Amino acid sequence: MSRFSKPLIILVLAGLAGSALAFDNFKGLGRPATPAEIKAWDIDVRPDFKGLPKGAGNVDLGAEVFEARCASCHGSFGESNEVFTPLVGGTTKDDIKTGRVKSLQDGSAPQRTTLMKVATISTLFDYINRAMPWTEPKSLKPDEVYGILAYLLNLAEIVPADFELSDRNIAEVQQRMPNRNGMTTDHGMWPGKGIGNGGRPDVRNTACMHNCKKEVQLVSTLPDYAADAHGNLAEQNREVGQARGKVTGAPAEKAATEPLSENARVSQLASATGCMACHGVNNKIVGPGYNEVIAKYKGQADAEARLTQKVKAGGAGVWGSVPMPPHPQLSERVFTK
Amino acid sequence: MTDQRQKTGRLRLAPENFLSEEEVAAVASQGASGRRDFLRKSFMAAASAMAAPVVAHAADGDPNILGNPPWTTSLGLPVAANPYGMPSKYERNLVRRESPGLTRVSAASVAFTPLQGLFGIITPSGLHFERHHQGWHDVDPSKHRLMINGSEPGFLKQAKVYTMDDIMRLPSVSRIHFIECGANTGMEWGNVAVPTVQYSHGMLSCSEFTGVPLRLILEDCGVDFKKCRYILAEGADGSSMTRTIPMEMVESGEVLVAYGMNGEMLRPENGYPLRLVVPGVQGVSWVKWLRRIEVGDKPYATKDEAVHYIDLMPDGLHRQYTSIQECKSVITTPSGGQMLLDTGFYNVTGLAWSGRGKITRVDVSFDGGINWKTARLETPVLSKALTRFNIDWIWDGKPAILQSRAIDETGYVQPTYGQLRAVRGTKSIYHNNAIQSWKVSETGEVSNVQVL
Repeated sequence: MSRFSKPLIILVLAGLAGSALAFDNFKGLGRPATPAEIKAWDIDVRPDFKGLPKGAGNVDLGAEVFEARCASCHGSFGESNEVFTPLVGGTTKDDIKTGRVKSLQDGSAPQRTTLMKVATISTLFDYINRAMPWTEPKSLKPDEVYGILAYLLNLAEIVPADFELSDRNIAEVQQRMPNRNGMTTDHGMWPGKGIGNGGRPDVRNTACMHNCKKEVQLVSTLPDYAADAHGNLAEQNREVGQARGKVTGAPAEKAATEPLSENARVSQLASATGCMACHGVNNKIVGPGYNEVIAKYKGQADAEARLTQKVKAGGAGVWGSVPMPPHPQLSERVFTK
Repeated sequence: MTDQRQKTGRLRLAPENFLSEEEVAAVASQGASGRRDFLRKSFMAAASAMAAPVVAHAADGDPNILGNPPWTTSLGLPVAANPYGMPSKYERNLVRRESPGLTRVSAASVAFTPLQGLFGIITPSGLHFERHHQGWHDVDPSKHRLMINGSEPGFLKQAKVYTMDDIMRLPSVSRIHFIECGANTGMEWGNVAVPTVQYSHGMLSCSEFTGVPLRLILEDCGVDFKKCRYILAEGADGSSMTRTIPMEMVESGEVLVAYGMNGEMLRPENGYPLRLVVPGVQGVSWVKWLRRIEVGDKPYATKDEAVHYIDLMPDGLHRQYTSIQECKSVITTPSGGQMLLDTGFYNVTGLAWSGRGKITRVDVSFDGGINWKTARLETPVLSKALTRFNIDWIWDGKPAILQSRAIDETGYVQPTYGQLRAVRGTKSIYHNNAIQSWKVSETGEVSNVQVL
């Protein structure tokens, strides 16, 4: 038997809960955030445009910035499928009226572009502003973000070619987003009360134990072309135990525990600095492959200096029309590798 | 392929005894050149046997027993030869791997955990799956800050900044939870696409996380919990990834601001020095390199809840804010891409988990789902953590289809592909928790198949 009466226990528990809820509870830990600090980090923009910075940018400005900062990955018209999934395409004038992208319903589009999916224009502003360009996030000014967004919207024929997008008219443009009515929260997969159907699952199986069905319908097996696509499975399984990996594909790369060769170190550096996003070792992705560059500049005494200058300053026209953006952030040490 | 199916440590006749009398006569009749030819061939056979896990044994016993191996007859290495210990060199096959062709940019990609070789429920930290949205960094912890602010200044008494020193002095908890990417098994929605469990289910890990309940920190800032029913979590990487999380989960005390993983600090690839832990919710919400929590009154429709991590339904609508990872399981041994060594006894084992709580039962079928047997659950069985199951199986050498089916404490039974596709179609990418089937053929080869 407890020595404490029931009411006393309840009081003690209530007291604990009370102290846990105290403000400024942890003496000496944490400090007030300054207004400047909050302004520096609080950059999110909500669907109701809370957090949206003031500014404006037209389609022309956007086209210019996009070509210089974005096109090397996304293509000049946001249509490229080389590095990322296309931004623009698959929406129609009719979708702008209805707010539902038809090609999502009939499955006619080969893939889903960003503008086919996104319902909220705030999402695009927020993301471009916080995370783009790919290798230099947060380097765009708000007016440039408005301009880039205006340019993309114009490519999708949501706004005219002479349009200027701003914090004052963005809510009107929201009403023209092609998939603005394309989202549903009628599901049971939100772990709270504010969204969804209260956690009710959409699929119901039963735990049958015996003679649960008459036959086994085997509907899919690994396609032949995929059998070897993941390398040698024997080298991806333990060499002792209940089973072994099946010998497939080409012999796998050397064990990762072996010391890296000089080539491998350079390759790691190229990956780490983001170069491999656009340049393959043996193939063109967006820019030329390293092997192609080596072949072109081979035997030129000043090749290293010229290439260093080119990577830092950016360039275009040598390998085709897609420009390489400047990379002033790379140190000399990186180049001499 | 037969080489792969023979077990090590079995006593077999020495190679010379495999020659029939006719073969011995044939070698002898060719004189010296015939013997050299024979020796060369048998050397090549021995070399190939070294590559395969097969060793020939003398009739009087296993040479590994009859003659002591070098490690039994020599001095070993000193302590601290490896200041940070690494796995045995014989374990080099079990590493994180990318799935070729899945993404084009490796800084926004996935490296999968080798589930086919793991035991128990804890994922070794170096094998924890990786998913980055704009590459990873090794963040200097002395320069890392956590800011708490509100979408309205009045939503909390005081916006605050905490250093890592501050956070690591706060009252801590350590809890074991699984983390699964919402797109795990996403490549398999329409058909079989990948050969092994590493690629089909390897965006899944489970660790002991140490940190501070976010609720304590929000209380320390005087957050108005009545008005603020959502939080926005934001990372410090280039993508500054953001996700909306319901305040109910924070209030329950289960959302952690974590710095520890499996007894040490988080690994850089997993968010060093600070990440959010949101048990039962898809990995994208466990924001890495966590720098800011904003409390607010509305959800945020961030890029990863308005462009990605939305589930396309057959009617063309996308489900938005799908977060819970529903009950799921998979057999990891034997699994796709493996070869059984022989007929006889096997300990069939796998993993089960649910974003809604504890696993209560796992059933296993050996005939493609016609009949089921209840498996043993290894302990511990924890809420929103991986649970290891196993069951006895004697393989008779005939074809079989292995499946596992998990049930969680809400009574939810893991669905079949037929049931899932009837509701969600085949294009939703995310939240595929269908029953996985592995076919065992007469040769002992295990392959990935789908059964409705």
